[in-house]
Amino acid sequence: MRRVVITGAGTINPLGASVSETFEAMKAGRCAIGPLDIRDADRLTAPIGAQVAGFDPAAHLDRQTISLTDRFSQFALVAAEEAMGQAGLAADPDLAPRFGAVLGNSGGGMETQDDGFRAVYEAGKARVHPFTVPRLMGNAPSAHLTLRHGLRGPSFTVSSACASSNHAMGQAASLITSGQADVMLTGGTEAMLTFGGLKAWEGLRVMSATGCRPFCASRDGMVQGEGAAIFVFEAEEHARARGATILAHVAGHAMTSDARDIVLPDAAGAAAAITGALRAADLTPGDIGYINAHGTATAANDRTEAAAIRAAFGPEADRVAVSSTKSMHGHLIGGAGAVELIACLLALGEGVIAPTVGWREADADIALNLVTGQARTARVEAVLSNAFAFGGMNAVLALTAP
Amino acid sequence: MKDMTDDIAGQVIDILARQAVRDPADIDPDAALETLGIDSMGLVEIIFAIEETFDVSVPFNANAPEAGGYDLTTVNGVIDAVRALVGARGA
Repeated sequence: MRRVVITGAGTINPLGASVSETFEAMKAGRCAIGPLDIRDADRLTAPIGAQVAGFDPAAHLDRQTISLTDRFSQFALVAAEEAMGQAGLAADPDLAPRFGAVLGNSGGGMETQDDGFRAVYEAGKARVHPFTVPRLMGNAPSAHLTLRHGLRGPSFTVSSACASSNHAMGQAASLITSGQADVMLTGGTEAMLTFGGLKAWEGLRVMSATGCRPFCASRDGMVQGEGAAIFVFEAEEHARARGATILAHVAGHAMTSDARDIVLPDAAGAAAAITGALRAADLTPGDIGYINAHGTATAANDRTEAAAIRAAFGPEADRVAVSSTKSMHGHLIGGAGAVELIACLLALGEGVIAPTVGWREADADIALNLVTGQARTARVEAVLSNAFAFGGMNAVLALTAP
Repeated sequence: MKDMTDDIAGQVIDILARQAVRDPADIDPDAALETLGIDSMGLVEIIFAIEETFDVSVPFNANAPEAGGYDLTTVNGVIDAVRALVGARGA
């Protein structure tokens, strides 16, 4: 079967406007969570989050593109520019039909929806912006990547809530291994830090007003973030033929469904996804040096995820290093797995395991080798990245060093 | 004539009965919500109904249920919480 490698990475997220800035922030254990600077933040009960501060689309995109895009597409375009630059690829006429884009996203163009609803319901206006539909549609960021880079292969957006990016990246890898594409732009994007978006989450009573402390006994809920991370996934023989630098192998992935509850996670489904990813990658628990956990800092997720890792890893669960970088960049929902894959590249490429910052005290229900407080150096040859979504949808990726 | 506090109890029991799909007369004030078949998501819906009905804000985080300062695990606990919140609102 064809193997898949990563030859480019790009991001804009609360920790930085590039992969190198994000690496530095993760190494330093910098937390980007703070008071939200959005309209009507004073009417939120949990008015904190991790924003992409000072994002100026005009610094990256032309006027027409800005007019046609919501913030979530703008993030994707900016991140893809960096990834394409690193890969050193152009979709020439021979490659274009074999080059596609599959992204993960959950909310669509939330800022556009918020603005439109405010206009017609709150302000009583008779019209919304003419580009409301092309801005808010879920496939918009994937479409804009094809427009910008001339990609004529398969393109679509995957929506599986908090697992969207991992499902998307797994799907992109499968398109390459099955021979339907040679190169894919993939990853995810989310821009849900709007008044309406946050009010929806408040309703579930799972948001923290105090901070994101995954796996900590004092954890009291999730904190949202925003941003995008985009990767160039490429057939290994294609990358080698052109002498591209290989950042990592996409060694395997697995997807499972809990079939239990629409919001509560289930350890069996999560464990099956972890075990499936190991099997697909032809790895054993002993090979894995780092797990980037889903680690949302909700009571239910973290307890269940710890049990799932224990079930899948057995005694190796005592050894394998685990962290949740959501403690720094917040929960990017449909973009989460993509930004978290950057922490995996940091571990594989530079031997640095990003920490779970803000962690204070052990939870008796969570027996894991947690990397807390400060980054840890380690020689890491293989990693897993977990994503477990509402809907009971689980997707786990396995990467190995080049 | 029923006083205000009895009215609160009645309205809370109506809300709980709707959530539990039972007749209000079958709701034992000493019962735990769990024994009425109300799970954590059911409680979130009950709190929403209480907030809409009584124009109060119930401090409740599903990740730290005790942190709000009210015992919402029993019918009587919920009634007491609503009485306190309505009383604080009127103060």
